[in-house]
Amino acid sequence: MEFYRSHVLVCGGTPCVLEGCKGVRDALIAEVKRRGLDREVKVVETGCLGPCDLGPVIVVYPEGTLYQKVRVSDVPEIVEQHLLKGRVVTRLVGEAPQAGVVKYEEPTYLGVQERIVLRNCGVIDPESIEEYIARDGYRALAKCLTEMKPADVIEAVKKSGLVGRGGAAFPTGLKWSFTAKADADQKYILCNADEGEPGTFKDRLILEGDPHSILEGMAIAGYAVGADKGFIYVRGEYVLSIERLGKAIEQAKALGLLGSNIFGSGFSFDVEIRKGAGAYVCGEETGLIESIEGKRGEPRIKPPYPGTEGLYGKPTVVNNVETIANIPPILLNGPDWFRKFGTERCPGTKVFTLTGDINNKGLIEVPMGITLRRVIYEIGGGIPGGREFKMAQTGGTSGGCLPKELLDVPMDYFTLPEHGSALGSGALLIMDASHCIVDIAECFMRFFEHESCGKCTPCREGTARLHEIVAKIARGEGKPGDLELLDELGSVMQVSSLCGLGQAAPVPIKTMLKYFRDEFEAHINDRLCPTGTCGI
Amino acid sequence: MKTVEELERIRKQAQAMTRLREGKETTRIVVGMGTCGIAAGARETLSAIMDELAKRNIQDVVVTQTGCVGLCEQEPIVDVIKPGAAKVTYGKVTKEKARQIVASHIVNGQVVGEWVIASA
Repeated sequence: MEFYRSHVLVCGGTPCVLEGCKGVRDALIAEVKRRGLDREVKVVETGCLGPCDLGPVIVVYPEGTLYQKVRVSDVPEIVEQHLLKGRVVTRLVGEAPQAGVVKYEEPTYLGVQERIVLRNCGVIDPESIEEYIARDGYRALAKCLTEMKPADVIEAVKKSGLVGRGGAAFPTGLKWSFTAKADADQKYILCNADEGEPGTFKDRLILEGDPHSILEGMAIAGYAVGADKGFIYVRGEYVLSIERLGKAIEQAKALGLLGSNIFGSGFSFDVEIRKGAGAYVCGEETGLIESIEGKRGEPRIKPPYPGTEGLYGKPTVVNNVETIANIPPILLNGPDWFRKFGTERCPGTKVFTLTGDINNKGLIEVPMGITLRRVIYEIGGGIPGGREFKMAQTGGTSGGCLPKELLDVPMDYFTLPEHGSALGSGALLIMDASHCIVDIAECFMRFFEHESCGKCTPCREGTARLHEIVAKIARGEGKPGDLELLDELGSVMQVSSLCGLGQAAPVPIKTMLKYFRDEFEAHINDRLCPTGTCGI
Repeated sequence: MKTVEELERIRKQAQAMTRLREGKETTRIVVGMGTCGIAAGARETLSAIMDELAKRNIQDVVVTQTGCVGLCEQEPIVDVIKPGAAKVTYGKVTKEKARQIVASHIVNGQVVGEWVIASA
C-alpha cells in the first residue's frame, strides 16, 4: 500500500470537465512528477464537490484547502508553494463562504447542508471501489444479506419514510412491497437515470461522483423484492456517468459484490446499463420500460403498474438515482437515524442543482423542509447585483413556480402542493425581477409541445394549444378569456393525460397564473410588458 | 466476495490509505520548508521521513510543511505533535536524524532529547 503525505483531489464532475479540469489534472500530475514529489503527493480525480460555478475546483489534503477556478497556468505555483513549501496560495482560495477549509466529514463550505446522498461526492475517487469500501461501502449490503430477511429490509425502508426523489414522491418501501408480494419467476430492479428535466443534473453528478452507491442500493432492492437482475437506464448524453458506472460494475463483479451467491447468502444480482436516446418521455417509468424492451418510448396505460407488471411483463421496481443512493445509509444506520433529517412528514434530504440568477451555482444537499429563503440567501449567496427575487422553479420545466410569497414555506413533497406548487425532481432555477413571466411560460410550453410523445390526445393537443395561446399573449395578440381557457385546458390535461408528461405540463402555467396573473393581464389588456424585457 | 470479514479487511486497508483526508486528530510531523529550510536540506529531510514511515508501514501520521519560523540558523526544523502531548521541535534535522526521530519518537514514543530546541 502506498503512503502519501498529501492528496490532491481534482473535481472531475461534468461542470468542472467543461471548465478544463482534465487539463489541470494532467498538469498537476506532470508538475508533481517534475518536482520529484510523485511518491509523496497523490493526485486523485473525484466527483462533484458542489460549487460548480467556481470550477475547476481542487482540494489539497491534509489541510483541506479548496482552490477554485484553477487554470493550468496556476499549477506550477500550487505545486511549488503549497505542495513543496506548505504555503497556501491565497489568491486562488476565493472569498467567503467557499473560502477556507473543507472538512472531510462535513464539507459545509456551501452553508447549511446535510450530506447523505452526496456523502462520497468530492471525497473519494469514484473509479476506486476500495475508496468506496473505506467509506463503509457495501457494508449495508453485507448487513442485509447476512443479518436481515427481505421483509425486514422492506420494513426498514417503510419506517424510514423515504419517498421517491424523482418527483412523484411515492413511498419507496410501499413500492417495493408490491413487487415483493407479486408471484413471478423473474423480477427486475430499474434505476431511472434518464434525467430529462431542463436544468436538473443532480443524478448525473451522483452517478459520476459515487457510482457504487447506486449498485449497492439496487442490489439491496433486489434482495428485498426477490429480483436478481437490474438495469440502469442512463441518458446517452451522460458519457462520464456511463463510463464510471461501467467501471464500477466491472470492479464489483471482480470482488464478487455483484454476481452469484454474494456473501455466501445464495443471493445473486447483476446489473446492466441501457442508454437512452434523449426523449423526455422516457423518464416516465413505463416509457422507460418500453424503451429498454427496444420499443418506441411511449408510456403504457396504467394500471397495471410496473410493480406487478413491468419490464417484459414481470414485476419491476423503478426507482430514481437519488432514491437508490439513500438506500445504503438507511439500511446501515437504521430508519430512526434517517428520520432525524428533514421533517416529520418528509424525512431525509433533497439534492438540488442551484442555477439561474444566484451567486453560488452548483450542487447542494439540504434537509427536507428548508425554506427557499435560506437556500437562496444562506447557501446560494443571494442574487447577483442584489436584485429583487421574482420566482424560483423547482424540478425543471414540469415543477411548480415559487413566488416570493412562498419564500418562507418549508420545501418538501407535501407542504408545497398545499400551496399549489410542487417540489419536483431537483432543479432549482432562480429568477430575478428582470424576467418576464409570459416569456418564461412561452419557453416552457414550447418545450412540452416538442417533447409530447403524441400517444394520448389530451397531451398531444393540449401541449400544442397551451403553447399556441401563451405564444399569442407573448406577441401581444392575447384576448380576454385566454387565461380562463389556459386554466381550464390545464385542468383537463391534468386529469385526462396518460402519463406524467401531460399531467405535469400545466403545473408551471397554473402556478404562474395563480401568482403572476397581473403580468399576463398586462400583456393582454394593455399590450405591454411590466418588466419591459420580452419585446412585446 | 464470500464473507463479511473479507469486506472488513479491504475496508481497513483502504481506510488507512485515505485517512489523511479525514482531518481527525493524529500525530503530525511538520517540516520547515521556507527558503532557509530548503537551502539547509529540508527536502531530503522530508523525503527521509516519508521513506521511513513507508518502510515501517506507519499509516496514522500526517506529514505537512510550514514556512520559516525565524530560526533559520536551526533549519531544517521538524516539529512532532502527538495528540494530547506538547509540541516537540527538533533543529538541524539531517536525513539521518530524521530517520532516527521516526524510529524513536514516532514509533517508541521516546523524545530524542539532545536534538530538541524547543518544547511547548
